[in-house]
Amino acid sequence: MAQLEEVTVDQIKHLVSERAIQGETMLLNMGPQHPSTHGVLRLLLELDGETVVNCIPVIGYLHTGIEKNMEAKNYTKAEVMTDRLDYLNTVGNNLAYSMAVEKLVGLDVPYRAQSIRVILAELQRISSHLIWLGTTGLDVAAMSTFLYCFRERESIMDILEMCSGQRMMTTYIRPGGVWRDVPVEFEAAVRKFIKMFPRRVDEYEALLTRNPLFLDRTYGIGVIPADVAINYGMTGPSLRATGVNWDLRKSRPYSGYEQYDFEVPTATEGDVYARFLVRVKEMRQSLRIVEQALDKMPMGPVRSSNHKFVPPPRSEIGVSMEALIHHFKLWTEGYSTPKGSIYNAVESPRGELGVYIVSDGGPKPYRIHWRTPSFDNLQALPYMAKGLLVADLVAIIGSVDIVLGDVDR
Amino acid sequence: MKPELESVVNALNKAFKVESSEFRGDVTLHFTADKIVDACKMMRDELEFTLLSTMTAVDLGADKEPRFNVLYYFTSVARNLSIGFLVPVSGENPSLPTVSEVFRNANWRERELWDMFGIKFEGHPDLRRIFMPDEWEGHPLRKDYPLGYEEPQFTFNYDEIDVSKPYAKE
Amino acid sequence: MGVEQKLANMGIVTTTLEEVVNWSRTRALWPMLFGLACCAIEMMAAEGAHYDMSRFGMELMRPSPRQSDLMIVAGRVSQKMAPVVRRLYDQMPDPKWVIAMGDCASCGGVFNNYAVVPGVDEVVPVDVYVAGCPPRPEALVHGILTLYDKIKQEKIKDRA
Repeated sequence: MAQLEEVTVDQIKHLVSERAIQGETMLLNMGPQHPSTHGVLRLLLELDGETVVNCIPVIGYLHTGIEKNMEAKNYTKAEVMTDRLDYLNTVGNNLAYSMAVEKLVGLDVPYRAQSIRVILAELQRISSHLIWLGTTGLDVAAMSTFLYCFRERESIMDILEMCSGQRMMTTYIRPGGVWRDVPVEFEAAVRKFIKMFPRRVDEYEALLTRNPLFLDRTYGIGVIPADVAINYGMTGPSLRATGVNWDLRKSRPYSGYEQYDFEVPTATEGDVYARFLVRVKEMRQSLRIVEQALDKMPMGPVRSSNHKFVPPPRSEIGVSMEALIHHFKLWTEGYSTPKGSIYNAVESPRGELGVYIVSDGGPKPYRIHWRTPSFDNLQALPYMAKGLLVADLVAIIGSVDIVLGDVDR
Repeated sequence: MKPELESVVNALNKAFKVESSEFRGDVTLHFTADKIVDACKMMRDELEFTLLSTMTAVDLGADKEPRFNVLYYFTSVARNLSIGFLVPVSGENPSLPTVSEVFRNANWRERELWDMFGIKFEGHPDLRRIFMPDEWEGHPLRKDYPLGYEEPQFTFNYDEIDVSKPYAKE
Repeated sequence: MGVEQKLANMGIVTTTLEEVVNWSRTRALWPMLFGLACCAIEMMAAEGAHYDMSRFGMELMRPSPRQSDLMIVAGRVSQKMAPVVRRLYDQMPDPKWVIAMGDCASCGGVFNNYAVVPGVDEVVPVDVYVAGCPPRPEALVHGILTLYDKIKQEKIKDRA
């Protein structure tokens, strides 16, 4: 077990201003265990009274070695680990991974599976924004939103559990389609959610959007201009709140997104309040997409019939020799992929989630790299927090919407 | 290759003489270490590729020379294009010039590569470990670094593993 | 064991000191806010309105270890975080209990590699293990009730 690291002033001399070394300003540790840091993020703050002069994030407290661990498993088994990266967007991680593997081997996805993928991904986006709203509300002391948001999230978890058996780490979306068809109760449950949800979003907006206390805490705080944001590699709602209209679902549509009619909300100020508005509007737009996808969902198979990569149905194994051989090969060795490297990105609730796979022709990925959005979004934090109070810093961390599983992998 | 991407590749070829390769629609240009900073500046200022999507490395094996392939992946928000640069780095004293002045998110990305692969970046303002504790030895994502696998405890080997597991007492 | 019955209407109940002490310790365990990873989300869901943990007296999670008596280690413990967990455990005053929530805290979970400590029991002594990846909120509540059973069987002389 490693020793506790004591960070002395010498080690970070190059990062803090002159006044800290002379003792004029105070160096404070906002440690890995803190109610407002949304996970195990450590911030070294240089404070002049209550004003933040410098803010140095220290990460790595949740490093799990997922990239190296996935190199030791074949493609099917490695998918289990993808859920645990950004644990608020588990369906989205599976989707990113499955699409990358499909791009690598050239696998087709039937239309029904694409619709189911879109419905679940958008429901997961709504669930992620709900958790964000609940916890950010807690940070700025709006505690009732926490309870309301988790109540809505339970309905979404019920839908996910109905499809896959698991509330969070579903591994439902697999290369070639989805694991199995949705049950009979799925459509009724989703329609009930679609009917119920818009009124709930109105409730949250009634609580927060024109609340003078909330506006005081968030309006004009943590401003970042658009060109600086792009230079920091920010993507997602944080970037759209600065005025840049960049959403991978519209610019590079995947999985059938081009058929659905939805807007991409943007704002121009780039402060905490703008990010809040963008995400609340995104929840409404996601609901529109879910409704359209549910109406247009075609009948058909839900997984590709290319049995070199997708296991054959068990009923066929007893009658067909080919099915037996495919099953045997997939279960013992896994499927072999062409040599080469690809990069594939999807739009997660936090930004651009990309997968870079290098394959050497074998059944295991030679190198897999995850471009996680929170890693780049977090780098902009010191820029946004300069010169503000500690209480504003808490609001800014909440608004950037980081998930430490994404940052540390 | 899309025609807009062709013009980008041609512009870079005129300035730097690079080869390109394509696989499943992804275009990758092969650079060398000395040209990479100027190429990044040209991408950001002239060719409107303002977003550095990601920066990562691949270890090709301790016996191969060059050992590492460092990938820079750029996205253009204005023109909706993406392209990747591949820079080979040798295994003896691996090092590259830093691009953290050109793209600010390269700061942490290069720290990650130093931590995981041992690739030094000259001119980086703050090169220290980012994921592992500061006094950790070794670079985990290299191929010769072991996975750190612990043997699973089944019923037949329960007692022998139990003895050597360092449980915390109070 | 003592006799627990009201003697007519004198309002007297007889019992043993141990039972009373253990009963009062279970009735308001204050958990420390220690969510690390995905299990923290299910812990928050267990605190929400649907699976209410407030009926056990645990609605308010105390961020300060000095004011809490239960540490629910929810999530994977990485190499950098292990000494921090130990330090927080040391800062908690006696009597204190630890619940290892989830597979990663119990045994390393899905991850068998250099970066994850295989089981938080290598760092702090654990009282109850709750399995699941992540465990349902009801499983966490069952784990807490199991902890109640354990506390009820404690002897005062062992704790002193």
